Amino acid sequence: MDIATMIFNGISTSSILLLTALGLAITFGLMRVINMAHGEFIMIGAYTTYVVQDIFSKNLPESFFDLYYIVSLFVSFGVAFLIGVILERLVISRLYGREIDSLLATWGVSLVLQQAARSIFGAQPVNVKAPSFLQGSIGGTTSFSYVRLFIIFVMVICLLGIWLLMYKTSFGARMRATMQNRSMAQCLGINTKVMDCVTFGIGSGLAGIAGCSISLLFSIDSTLGTKYIVDTFMVVVLGGVGKLIGTFTGAGVIGISNITLETLTSASIAKFLVLILVIVFLQWKPQGLFAIKSRSLDE
Amino acid sequence: MKCKLLKKLALITAGIVTAVSMSACGGNSSGGEGGSESADGETVKVGLLHSLSGTMAISETSVRDAELLAIEEINAAGGVLGKQIEAVEEDGASEPSKFAEKAQKLIQDDEVATIFGCWTSASRKAVKPVVEGNNALLWYPVQYEGMESSPNIMYMGAAPNQQAVPAIEYCAEDMGYKTFYLLGSDYVFPQTANMIAKAQISALGLETVAEQYVPMGHTDFQTIIADIKSKQPDVVINTLNGDSNVAFFKQLADAGVSSDDVMTMSFSIAEEEVNSIGANLLDGHLVAWNYYMTTDTPENEKFVAAYKAKFGEDRVTSDPVEAAYIGVYLWKAACEAAGSFDVDAVKAAAGGIEFQAPEGKVVVNAENQHISKTVRIGKISADGTINEVKATDAPVEPDPYLTTYDWAVAANLQPLE
Repeated sequence: MDIATMIFNGISTSSILLLTALGLAITFGLMRVINMAHGEFIMIGAYTTYVVQDIFSKNLPESFFDLYYIVSLFVSFGVAFLIGVILERLVISRLYGREIDSLLATWGVSLVLQQAARSIFGAQPVNVKAPSFLQGSIGGTTSFSYVRLFIIFVMVICLLGIWLLMYKTSFGARMRATMQNRSMAQCLGINTKVMDCVTFGIGSGLAGIAGCSISLLFSIDSTLGTKYIVDTFMVVVLGGVGKLIGTFTGAGVIGISNITLETLTSASIAKFLVLILVIVFLQWKPQGLFAIKSRSLDE
Repeated sequence: MKCKLLKKLALITAGIVTAVSMSACGGNSSGGEGGSESADGETVKVGLLHSLSGTMAISETSVRDAELLAIEEINAAGGVLGKQIEAVEEDGASEPSKFAEKAQKLIQDDEVATIFGCWTSASRKAVKPVVEGNNALLWYPVQYEGMESSPNIMYMGAAPNQQAVPAIEYCAEDMGYKTFYLLGSDYVFPQTANMIAKAQISALGLETVAEQYVPMGHTDFQTIIADIKSKQPDVVINTLNGDSNVAFFKQLADAGVSSDDVMTMSFSIAEEEVNSIGANLLDGHLVAWNYYMTTDTPENEKFVAAYKAKFGEDRVTSDPVEAAYIGVYLWKAACEAAGSFDVDAVKAAAGGIEFQAPEGKVVVNAENQHISKTVRIGKISADGTINEVKATDAPVEPDPYLTTYDWAVAANLQPLE
């Protein structure tokens, strides 16, 4: 395999990892909720895409069909955001600071969501059709498929959006303040309840966008989320909990090493080697690649 | 911080491991239907042991349906030896240990005359010691990797010499392919099939350019596809299973590779899989089976019509569905030949029994308990049907250990355990 293909594949895998992990970087990284239902929000995004496609193909003329995908990117965010907000209000908000409980509760929620998807859409996997402008690829033997280029593009937009929101707006400053020192933020007049709710919603919504994007690559079924839960936690933990740059680097390192090892060995062995490397690295640097420097004693 | 984070990580790992293992054995048994009627001697009980929950449920439910259809037809025609068949259903839940447990229950608690069941090789291997220990009988409906011949299992699906071996012969002789790329999921069926394929390909003087395995459920095929593009094989022998197939063919199409560029020959894609992958992605690709929904026999016309009438117009029949249907009829014929439901008598009577199946005539082989089957190479078309492009003139005798092939004997193939 030539180097250009390998680099492109590495970037593509990293971008999928980053996109799926971005939401978790917020819910787990910032909010410290061990959110086992993160994968199911990806699934919700994917199924939403399917539903939007269905509505478009049944109710609108053929020429509008390609638009469905653009619409579903936003709808996926909206649906996942709403379900995230509901989940935060009903379950997560009662469990802040109780990590083990939140792990068990969100895991339970993930099972409920999976069964709900099976009941609504059936056990048979469903497919979405790529819009015509995303079909095919550019280049000859070293070809880059439009779908994968598009996922990289979506990832860049999401990353940029989150970075702007968190570091360049007053809303972001309040959000970070709440997550870093809740009581101090409350003293300064920030409504931390609203911040928690919206932050969790944004994290879930990002997972929805990820689900919408990756639905172009394979079929959608109720277990789609479980495929991503291990990888996304690995990215966030390796990168360093609580740092956006860490998640970015973590996804890059895992994606590129995965592709390199897969090219040199095989898919089964590469998966196993990457896990081993991550575990060994965390033994040496348990805080991950980037750690938040803090003055508080209990951190 | 260090300690806390490590603890957290351990916790997450533990959580994930439990989640994965729990979801794998999730779902509950649908339960038997009681046995109040059997005491009066008017009915005979048989066990249907398939996964009705878990990942295999999609495939196994339709096989179970085919068995129910055969039972209904036989009952309507007067039953077996004057008795109506009563089906006791159990759920193997896609979990081999559950299969073994439920087989034990069917044999000892329900005292069924025989069991129709299993799909994956793992579930068959789990049930094998149970039926052997209790001297019971299992009718297994799926093509498999061969290298097995239990006296307590009747194999209704193809042995390797009735599917994989002729498929590679077709690639080499009819299509003139010289280079082969072996791609499969990482478990016993693809590994054994590829072991046989490699021996056969080298005996034909042709070349295996790569042998690649991906973990079950793997969905990112860009490295494999790049590898296929750079090695330019004439044909990819595909033994991927489950949703990996969807990802593989979707991404192959994204990469601009059609069946004109790289041909694939698949062993696990039947009509149902074609529908879920999307027929447009599979247009022109090859498969090898013993039966297609389009197989042109009067028996098949009747079978497809009955299956659709009972389970819905949108349902399709496939090779394993048909093999499961045959199994029930062969059991009936064997019982009638033996004049009893006793396992030893049925086994002794089964050898040589003929049945005019939807796929054509099949005969039970007395030595290895497989059946002779017509081999058919098929081509998938964009409307979702599979059409036969070549078939053997007569049914092929089963040879699970490939003892009649010189190259297989020379390669000294051994079962993988």
